[in-house]
Amino acid sequence: MTTTDMALKTSTTTKTSFMEEVIAATPGESRLNYCIQCGTCGGSCPSGPDMDHTPRALFAMIRAGMKTEVLKSNTPWYCVSCYYCTSRCPQEIHITDIMYTLKRMAIDEGYFRESTAADAPGFSQTFIFYVENFGRSFEMGLATAYKLMHHPLDMFAVIPMGLGMMAKNRIDIIPKRIKAVDQLKSILKKAKELEAQL
Amino acid sequence: MKYGYYPGCSLEKNAASYHVSAMAAIKPFGIEFVELDDWNCCGATEYISLNLMASYALIARNLAIAAKTADANQQIVAPCSACYLNLSKTEKYLTESPSLTEKVNIALKEGGLSYKPGNMRVRHLLDIVVNDIGYDAIASKVTKPLKGLRVAPYYGCMIVRPSLTSQFDDPEYPVTLDKLMQVLGATVIDYPMKAHCCGGHMTQISQATGLELIRQLLQSAADYETDVIVTLCPMCQLNLDAYQSDVNKYFKTKFNIPILYFTQLMGLAMGIEARNLGIGKEFIDARPALAKIGVEVPETAKKKPSKEELPMPKMPEEV
Repeated sequence: MTTTDMALKTSTTTKTSFMEEVIAATPGESRLNYCIQCGTCGGSCPSGPDMDHTPRALFAMIRAGMKTEVLKSNTPWYCVSCYYCTSRCPQEIHITDIMYTLKRMAIDEGYFRESTAADAPGFSQTFIFYVENFGRSFEMGLATAYKLMHHPLDMFAVIPMGLGMMAKNRIDIIPKRIKAVDQLKSILKKAKELEAQL
Repeated sequence: MKYGYYPGCSLEKNAASYHVSAMAAIKPFGIEFVELDDWNCCGATEYISLNLMASYALIARNLAIAAKTADANQQIVAPCSACYLNLSKTEKYLTESPSLTEKVNIALKEGGLSYKPGNMRVRHLLDIVVNDIGYDAIASKVTKPLKGLRVAPYYGCMIVRPSLTSQFDDPEYPVTLDKLMQVLGATVIDYPMKAHCCGGHMTQISQATGLELIRQLLQSAADYETDVIVTLCPMCQLNLDAYQSDVNKYFKTKFNIPILYFTQLMGLAMGIEARNLGIGKEFIDARPALAKIGVEVPETAKKKPSKEELPMPKMPEEV
């Protein structure tokens, strides 16, 4: 086999690597491929101790193509979006944005169910249900619907907080609705169609 | 100068006292905030975790409205750190990526809108207060200095990190809020956790993780014998205030630190009545701390929730 043949063979059989997939799904220049495994991210992470893998370890796993293990990990779901890692990374990797990408991929591929944070997408979905249908977030609906679906036994535990919020007049009982809900819905519908084409 | 004002969902109810106190505190300085017409939620950190393009389109609708609202200076102000970050991050990414802008505009077009990025300056309320109003102007209006009140300035995350645009303070060791509190006459506490995370929505995802992050902050401020923690974000206020009793239960601690918005202390120092600053809506009573500086807060009539008002969600009537 000549060198040219080998090159041809490689180019036809090379699939997109997992790392390339993650980079492509992250807006802007994520710089994920520049990771030098220094561990500044893990050392800066406030919820690092509760993660299956620190961000550094997760990035090594992405590079190694361990897609299933990465998407089953609770790491992205334990990210609190504090941006310490992003701000401190010597390679200027957009770590928080990559965590959002991994969350979306874990949902799309269904792996989130196997993580220890399997309820987390449900929280985001409940939050967004109100945003998509009313244009505003709705704490009362979020707390009750999410608890009911994911932690029904905790319902009683949140009642004192709910009553406290009401006594202090800090929570709405009816969601607020923007005037142009229909306009917003058409915008979001189109955006989702475009996302599907990505 | 006219700014587009994006209050965000929290300031309508949960953090209404932030809105009320902000409006009262900036009023004497001749600054005009014009609320964006029919703005929508910024999606917090939730939408981006589910849908990339929709989350950008959601925020871009607000930017498109803002471009029509703000004057030639094209500035938009957000008092909530999460809203501030979402708006500024979207503006930056749209400016950098023509292909993202193209797709977002295809979506916006469905609603008869369009947005041209690159000219909008998204700013946090604290930035406007310390830089556009300025410490000197504020100092000249202080009539009741917060003398003897030990204040721990709490920045949290998203106002100082990832500092993509209009970086006005240090991401590791911010000082603007410290200086503002000094100008108001308070004793400012320099504690190591001032730019650490309140946990955001973690109390809902993993209670142990979420409460521990709140505990660390409260402990750090308590170590320096603080009277009050002062915040600039509704999420931080909610976590530190409403979850403080949960933290106490979970860790068998006895924290009792009131959490106020910086605009509330600014108003008090400028001689504005406590009742006009939304003081009294905190879970942790701020009255004992404020009594130290001679501020009396009228007892708010506690509304007893009726049976019809048990915390259940209701759908609004069809309009």
